[in-house]
Amino acid sequence: MSENVEITKASVDAVVSDALTLIQGATDLASLKAIRSSAVGENSGITKLSSLMGKLPGDQKADAGKLITAARAELNEAFSKAEAVFYQAEQNQKLLEESVDVTAAPMTQVLGARHPLSLLQDEISDVFIGMGWEIAEGPEVESEWFNFDALNFDADHPARAMQDTFFVEPVEAHLVLRTHTSPVQVRSLLERELPVYVLCPGRVFRTDELDATHTPVFHQVEGLAVDKGLTMADLKGTLEHFARIMFGPDAKIRLRPSFFPFTEPSAELDVWHPGAKGGARWVEWGGCGMVNPNVLLAAGIDPEVYSGFAFGMGIERTLMFRNDVKDMHDMVEADVRFSKQFGVVL
Amino acid sequence: MRVPLSWLGEFVELPKHSNAETVMAELVRVGLEEEGAHGYGLTGPIVVGQVLEFVEEEQSNGKTIRWCQIRVAPAGQKAGDGGEDVRGIVCGARNFEVNDKVVVTLPGAVLPGDFKIAARSTYGHTSDGMIASSRELGLSEDHEGILRLVTLGLDPEVGTDALALLGLDDQAAEVNVTPDRGYCFSIRGIAREFAHATGAKFTDPIDSVKPVHGEGFKIEIKDDAPIRGRVGSTKFVVRSVSNVNAAAPTPPWMVSRLKLAGMRSISIVVDITNYVMLEMGQPLHAYDSAKLNGSITVRRAKSGETLKTLDGQERNLHAEDLVIADASGAIGLAGVMGGAATEVSSESVSVLLESANFDGVSIARSARRHKLPSEASKRYERGVDPKVAEFAAARAIALLEEFAGATADSLGSFVDNSATDKTVFLPADFASELTGVEYSAAEITKTLNEIGCIVATVDGGFEVMVPSWRPDITHKTDLVEEVARITGYDRIPSRLPVAPPGRGLSKNQKMRRAVLNQLSATGHVEVLTYPFLKTEQNSFFAEDNIARVVLANAMQEDVNEMRLSMLPGLIDAAKRNVSRTLTDLSIYEVGLVFNPAKSNNEVTLPSGTVLPSAKDLELLHESVPHQPLSLGVVFVGNRIADQVGRKASRSGYADAIQAARVAAHAVGLELDLEQATPKGFHPGRTAALKIKGTEVTVGFAGELHPELALANDLPRQVGVAEINLELLFANAPELIQAGAVDTYPAATQDLSLVIDVQVPAGEVLEVLGGAAGELLEEIVLVDDYRGTNLEEGKKSLTFALRFRANDRTLTQVEASVARDNAVSAANAKFGATIRA
Repeated sequence: MSENVEITKASVDAVVSDALTLIQGATDLASLKAIRSSAVGENSGITKLSSLMGKLPGDQKADAGKLITAARAELNEAFSKAEAVFYQAEQNQKLLEESVDVTAAPMTQVLGARHPLSLLQDEISDVFIGMGWEIAEGPEVESEWFNFDALNFDADHPARAMQDTFFVEPVEAHLVLRTHTSPVQVRSLLERELPVYVLCPGRVFRTDELDATHTPVFHQVEGLAVDKGLTMADLKGTLEHFARIMFGPDAKIRLRPSFFPFTEPSAELDVWHPGAKGGARWVEWGGCGMVNPNVLLAAGIDPEVYSGFAFGMGIERTLMFRNDVKDMHDMVEADVRFSKQFGVVL
Repeated sequence: MRVPLSWLGEFVELPKHSNAETVMAELVRVGLEEEGAHGYGLTGPIVVGQVLEFVEEEQSNGKTIRWCQIRVAPAGQKAGDGGEDVRGIVCGARNFEVNDKVVVTLPGAVLPGDFKIAARSTYGHTSDGMIASSRELGLSEDHEGILRLVTLGLDPEVGTDALALLGLDDQAAEVNVTPDRGYCFSIRGIAREFAHATGAKFTDPIDSVKPVHGEGFKIEIKDDAPIRGRVGSTKFVVRSVSNVNAAAPTPPWMVSRLKLAGMRSISIVVDITNYVMLEMGQPLHAYDSAKLNGSITVRRAKSGETLKTLDGQERNLHAEDLVIADASGAIGLAGVMGGAATEVSSESVSVLLESANFDGVSIARSARRHKLPSEASKRYERGVDPKVAEFAAARAIALLEEFAGATADSLGSFVDNSATDKTVFLPADFASELTGVEYSAAEITKTLNEIGCIVATVDGGFEVMVPSWRPDITHKTDLVEEVARITGYDRIPSRLPVAPPGRGLSKNQKMRRAVLNQLSATGHVEVLTYPFLKTEQNSFFAEDNIARVVLANAMQEDVNEMRLSMLPGLIDAAKRNVSRTLTDLSIYEVGLVFNPAKSNNEVTLPSGTVLPSAKDLELLHESVPHQPLSLGVVFVGNRIADQVGRKASRSGYADAIQAARVAAHAVGLELDLEQATPKGFHPGRTAALKIKGTEVTVGFAGELHPELALANDLPRQVGVAEINLELLFANAPELIQAGAVDTYPAATQDLSLVIDVQVPAGEVLEVLGGAAGELLEEIVLVDDYRGTNLEEGKKSLTFALRFRANDRTLTQVEASVARDNAVSAANAKFGATIRA
C-alpha cells in the first residue's frame, strides 16, 4: 500500500472486499486459519489502514475510526461465521468417523451367575427374616446324637434304618453325614435363648443313587419355632404365608397325617401351586408337625411350658416344580449352562 | 403294604365301584400315603375251555405244534366273544391231554403289555384264540406249558369267566405304612383305617375266629441276655395239626390275593401261614413235626452256633440273636427266618404252627445283622399286636383243615407273658392346646373309642387305655395326633405367629452372601459339586499323611473321602464342562471342607431323651470334625473370548488372584500377596494370600500345576484360587471407620527404580509406601520392564505416586521430597536406584 493512501470509505471498502474474498476462498478450518493473518490479522489491509490513524489530524480521527471499526466488525463476523461453519462440518465428519455398529458391542466383562439352589435358599431365608426369624447353620458331618438320638430316633427304631445314612469311619465315633437339617434344630435349641424362631437351610446326604429325581447330596430348608402356646394353627399359618410368597397369592397348603420321630402330631405338606406348568395342582412339598416332647427334653426344655412346630422341605424339589427343572442331573452336574440360564435371579 | 380289594372288602364295607385309586384316596386322609395300584392287566373274554382233540404237526423249523379243537362254550351257545362254541387253536405246548380244562384267551382279550388276542394265521391254520400259561396270566413265573386247571384242583363249567374264577379281576391298592403303624401291615389294620377314613363299618377278622389252646407241647422261654432289658419273646403259641395233605393245590383266589399282596405262592402250608400273616399281621411259622427233636426253647444263640436258614444260607449266629431251638440246636432265627432242617415239604404230614410275639429291637438287630429283612421281621420291628397270636393260629388251622385236609390236634402250648394294657392320661384341654382346634370332650372320647381305646373321663381329663395293636401310643401327644387325624387335619385353623424382633442375617451370613454376589457380579459362575473325593484327588493339594474324613459306606467304594479342598471337585466340574465343549470357564463354589476331629475313635452317645451333661455335650461337640467354609475358584480357557475389536484374554494366575481380591473386598479386606509354592500349584505362579498388614494366610491363588492340569484333561494353564472363608470372615472389620476426603489439589510423581529381578514388586511397593510419609495418597505399580538398556539381572519398576495434603495445596517440591524419602528407603533395603 502506497504512502498516499488515505482512510476513506473507498479505501476501506477495498480492503474489506479483498479480505472477504480471502475468507470466502477458505475451504476448511485449516485454510481459514492460514489466511487469518492476511484477512483480519496483523498483515491484513484493514490493520495497515488503521495504522494510518495516528497520522491523521485530530478532526478526521473520529470519522476514520468509525470506518475502521465497522470494517473490522464486518470482517470478524465473516471470519467467525466461516469458522463456525467449518467447525461444525469438521465435527460432523468426526462423529461420522467415530460411528460404530453398536449391535456388535463387545462384552467388556463376562457375566457371572449364582447357582439357583443357592439363590433359592437365600430367597427362602429372606421370607423368614422378614418375619423376624433368624437363620441357623450346622455341620454337615454330624454326631449321630444330633442327627438321630436327640431327635427321638431310637437306636433300634426302624425309622433310623430307613434314613439311608452315610457313616463315617470309624463307626464307633458315631459320625454321619447329616441325613436332614434337623440336627440344627437341636443345636439351635441348645445354643439360643427361648423363644426360638429359626430357619435352617443346608446340604444333606442320603445313600440314594443319582437319577432324574434323586441325588445323594441335596439341600433342605427346615423351620423351627419353640415358644409358649404354639399350636398346629401357628404351623399352618406360617406355612400358608410361606407358600403364598413362594407361589403367589393363590397358593394354599394342605396337611395329611404322617409320621416323623421328631414331631407329634406329624403331617405331610402339600402345596397348591397355581402357576404349575400344565395347570394349577397340589404338589407334595415337605413334612411338618409339632415338636416331639422328647426333642425338647433332649435340649433341656420343659415340654409342659413350651411347645413348638417344625417343618422341612427339599430345595431341589421346590426348584423343580417352581421353576420347571425336569432332571436332577442338571442341578448336580455343575454344567455352567444351568446356572447361567438363571443368572442372579430366580 | 399291598391290599387286594376283594380281601379288604371282607372286613370293611367298600363303596360300590371302588377301585385301587378311590381306596388310596380315602386312605391318604388318615395318613397312609398312596404308592400305586396293582392288577393283572387282563381284559376278557378269557374263559374256561376244554380240549376236545388235537393233532400234533411237525413243522419245518423242527418244532412240533398241536392243532387243537377247544370247546369254549356249552354246546350250541355263543362263546364269550360272541363266536362259535368250538375253536381251532394252535398251541406250542404239549403238557396237556384231551378233556383237560384250560384257560382260553379269545379274540378281543388283552394280556399285559397290550398284547391283543386276535384270530391269526399261523403254521397253516387260523388260530382262533390262545391257550394261556400261568405266566401269561400273571399268576406265576411258570411257563413250562399251559395252565391245566386240574392242577389247581378246579373243574369248572366250560365257558366260565376265568378272570373271576382265578381272582384275576381283583386289584390291589399299595400304601406306604409309616414306621409307627405296624398294625397297618395287615388287611385287618388297613380295613380299620379305611373305616376311620370313610365311616364305613369295620368287622375285626379276629371276631370270627374261636381260638383253642393246645396242650402238652413243652415250650421254654429262656432269655439270659435280654436286649435293653426286654425279654426276647413275651408270647409263644404253638398248635399241632396232622393228616396234612401238603401237596394239595392252593386255591386260586388265595394265590391271586397273595400275588397281588406281593408274595409268591409256594405250597399250601406256607401259603396259608403267609395268608394269615397278611390278614391279621401275625407272622406264623410252620415246622414239619417229624423233623423236630423234642421240645422247643426260645433262647439267645450260643457262641459259635450256626443255622442253615430257609434260603439255604449257612449263618453264623451272634450271641444277641434270638433263636428257636430244639434238642438238635437252633432251628430258626426267631421272627426273621425259619431253619432248613425243619422246613415243611410236600411230604409233610404233621405240622407244628408257631404264632409268637418277639421283641422288636431284638428282631430288628438280627435282621440287620444277617441282612435278612423279611416280611416277618418287618412286622415285629414295628410291633405285632400281642393279643392276636392265638387267633392267627386258629385261623391258619381252619384254613389247613379246609384246603389241606388237615385235622387239628390237642397238642400245643400257650405261653403268654404279655404286658398289661397301658393307660395314658390326656388332660382335658391338651388336644385343643396343641392343635388350635376346639374339641369337645364327647368328640375326643368318641374318636379315641373309634381307634380302639377305652376312655374313662376322670378329674381333669381322660384315662385312655390304648389298644394292644398300638404300641406307638405312649404319650399324650400321640393321643392328640389320633384325635386330630381321625377328625381331619383340615379342621386345624390358620394363625401366623409373631416372632420376637429378629436380628436379620448374622454378620457371617451377610459376608457369605456378599462373597457369592460379588463373585457372580464380576463374571464368575457358581456351581455345586459333591464333596466326595477319591484319595488321589484329595491328595492333589494335601500331603498324603494329612488325615481325612472317610466314609464307611461310600456309594462308590473308591470315592470315599470328604474333601479337604474345594478345588478337586471344581477341577472335575471343569473337566465335565470342557468335555461338553464349554471351554471358557470361570467357576466357583462356596462350601464346607472337612478336617477330621483330633480324637474321634470312640464316642459313647448319651441318651436322646434328656439334656446331656455339659461334659457329655462338650465331648459330642469335640467329636465333630472342623468344617470351615471355603471358597474355590477355577479358570479354564479365556476369561473373555475373541470379540469385535478385542483380542481374547486368556485366564490364568492373575484372574485367580483377582477373584481372591474380590472375595476379600466383599468383606472389607485387602490382601497382600507373597510368592508361594503350595502342593498342586504352579511353583512359579502362585501367591499366598495374606490379610493386608498381617501374617494371616487365608489361602492361595495362582495356577494349577501344569502336570495336574494335563492329568485332568485340562489345558496347561488353569487359574485356581482357594480361600478359607471362615478365617477370612474372622478377620473382617467389625465396622469401617471413615477417613476425611481431602479436597486440596494433588501432586503426582512417576518413579522408575532399577532393582534386582529377584526382589518382589510387592515388597518394593510396601517399602516405598511406608517411607513416602503421610502425604502419599496412592501408589500404583504401572510397569515392570526387563531388557535392553538394563544391566543383566536387573529390572525397572515404574510407580505412579499421588500426594495430597489435607490443609494446603502441595508444591512439586514437597512431593519430590516425599518421593526422595521413599527412594532412599528402597535404596537402603534393596539397593534400588532411580532409572536414568
